[in-house]
Amino acid sequence: MHFLENLPLATKKYILDLVEAGCGWLCTKLGIALPPWAMPLLLTLASILIVIVAILAVYLAMFAFMSVAERKILARMQNRYGPNRAGWFGILQPVADGIKMLTKEDLVPRGADKVIHFLAPVVMVAPVLMLPAIIPYGQGMVPVELSAGILYFFALGAGTELAVFMAGWSSNNKYSVMGAMRAIAQMISYELPLVMSAVIAALVAGTLSPTGIVEAQGGYSLGFIPNWFVFTPWGFVACLLFFIGALAESNRCPFDLPEGESELVAGHLTEYSGFKYAIFFMAEYVGMFAINGLLVTLFLGGYKAPFPFLEWIPSWGWFFGKLAFLAFSMVWVRATLPRFRIDQMMQFAWKFMLPMSFAALISAAAWYYAGRGPAAWGLSALIVGIPYLVLGYFCFTRRHTADNRTYLFSE
Amino acid sequence: MNLPGSGILKGMAVTAVNFIGSFFDRAHAKRLITEQYPEERPILVETSRSFPFLVFDGDPEKGIRCTACKICEKECPPQCISIVKAKDANGKPILRPQIFDIDISVCMGCQICVEVCPFESIRMDNIYEVSAYDRFGTLVLHKDQLLKSNEYYRQIHPTEAAQTDARIEAVRVKKAAAKAASAKAAAAKAAAAQAAQTQPEPAA
Repeated sequence: MHFLENLPLATKKYILDLVEAGCGWLCTKLGIALPPWAMPLLLTLASILIVIVAILAVYLAMFAFMSVAERKILARMQNRYGPNRAGWFGILQPVADGIKMLTKEDLVPRGADKVIHFLAPVVMVAPVLMLPAIIPYGQGMVPVELSAGILYFFALGAGTELAVFMAGWSSNNKYSVMGAMRAIAQMISYELPLVMSAVIAALVAGTLSPTGIVEAQGGYSLGFIPNWFVFTPWGFVACLLFFIGALAESNRCPFDLPEGESELVAGHLTEYSGFKYAIFFMAEYVGMFAINGLLVTLFLGGYKAPFPFLEWIPSWGWFFGKLAFLAFSMVWVRATLPRFRIDQMMQFAWKFMLPMSFAALISAAAWYYAGRGPAAWGLSALIVGIPYLVLGYFCFTRRHTADNRTYLFSE
Repeated sequence: MNLPGSGILKGMAVTAVNFIGSFFDRAHAKRLITEQYPEERPILVETSRSFPFLVFDGDPEKGIRCTACKICEKECPPQCISIVKAKDANGKPILRPQIFDIDISVCMGCQICVEVCPFESIRMDNIYEVSAYDRFGTLVLHKDQLLKSNEYYRQIHPTEAAQTDARIEAVRVKKAAAKAASAKAAAAKAAAAQAAQTQPEPAA
């Protein structure tokens, strides 16, 4: 138990020790006397590098696995087999896809703004690869311990919108621009409920630090129910809102309007091919894992075990297990729900999700100040339940039909 | 009135049932009905057909039913059949095809050649792996590729083959009967003539 729990940190320490010993040996061999500040600096750099390599390796491995797992799960849900030709049960499919992508011609349209067209994938992938830095993966396993980690996450996450519009605009293609405009509209609309529901968790935990929020969800009530935020009325609602917002932010079904292939070819990705396309694809998946990781941190108790008797499983195992469940849920939703229409998507964000996130915020405050007992439970359930029913029955049950169009130039 | 959002839950349940069921319902072939083609071959229905072939009885050279009458060649809508009559040593045409080619890249599988053939000699095959690297050479099937035995025909299309066999048998029986009848009539005639001849002249 302790061995597995400590394995990542012990590995890091072992590598650092190796680096220290190796440098010392090299210096004595070469007869150089290092200044006293050099060794700590070197070790800090080495530890940063180790963390970066670990994050990159884990996230890219998850991306590779996810790209084949998603297709297989989706296929099973549609009574198909999915990819099963490359390697054992199709496990080498990501390799085949990667080689295919890399050997493709890297096309740049003649009318494109070449610099922006080249920069867009870079601007896309850079913030996305920085997102995983603040997520606590296990007990004491947070790459960067930021006291305002949630703020950092959303500030960086908003950068991808710029990249999407850069890609769309520079391609000099009408589908690209339309896709990019949809993406901007969608991401800005859904950023609001997303941040609002994150604020709820931060409000109750009293901190913006991801580790602090996870620690606030520790322990068990009644001895076996974990104190995760998702098991409270406001937390449940906020968790769902955050999940929906995460779907929209990562442009996944049913919010894949920006790249809806039946409407817009591929949206802002239309004019991208080869390695640049692969970069966009990778950024999308890494961003999806990062935002799911934040969801685990905020509402699903982070690296905490669900039951006291299951605490022998290492904390990082729990984190990645929950992450896998969320990734599976995203595929599940993709297999189930059809794509929104653009006006439905905007309506849903502004008329339903935003009011619901405000209701959840008030509900969380009520729960917090009413003493967290059964009475607080009932009160907060009422505060989120009534708006849910009202909005649900009066906003979305009436079928919206467009007015009869009059065609001016065609008959 | 349903609770808002219950439709989504129902839909999620459907996909979940399909997902889990795909790991258990394989034996009943309810889910995952895809045939894994190179390993699993499709079980063709009896009436499936692709391209025509030539039927022979017994020996592929002597038992060939085709008489090179060229009716199928004339009737073929896309004109994919090409026939040349065989000639004997004296240059006289005989009732055998010298060349019988079917271009299966042109053939549309309409079965009209089968319908019009008076000798039950051309029939539809059910082969489907006919892809080739060469467009003009390999996709034109020659006589030796087209000739297949009647046993093969019985195997792929049993009902049709039985009907064909019955028709051929009926024709054979009828011909034999006609032959026998004509032989009998000839014999009777001959006998009568002989009787007339051998009848002694009445004494004058």
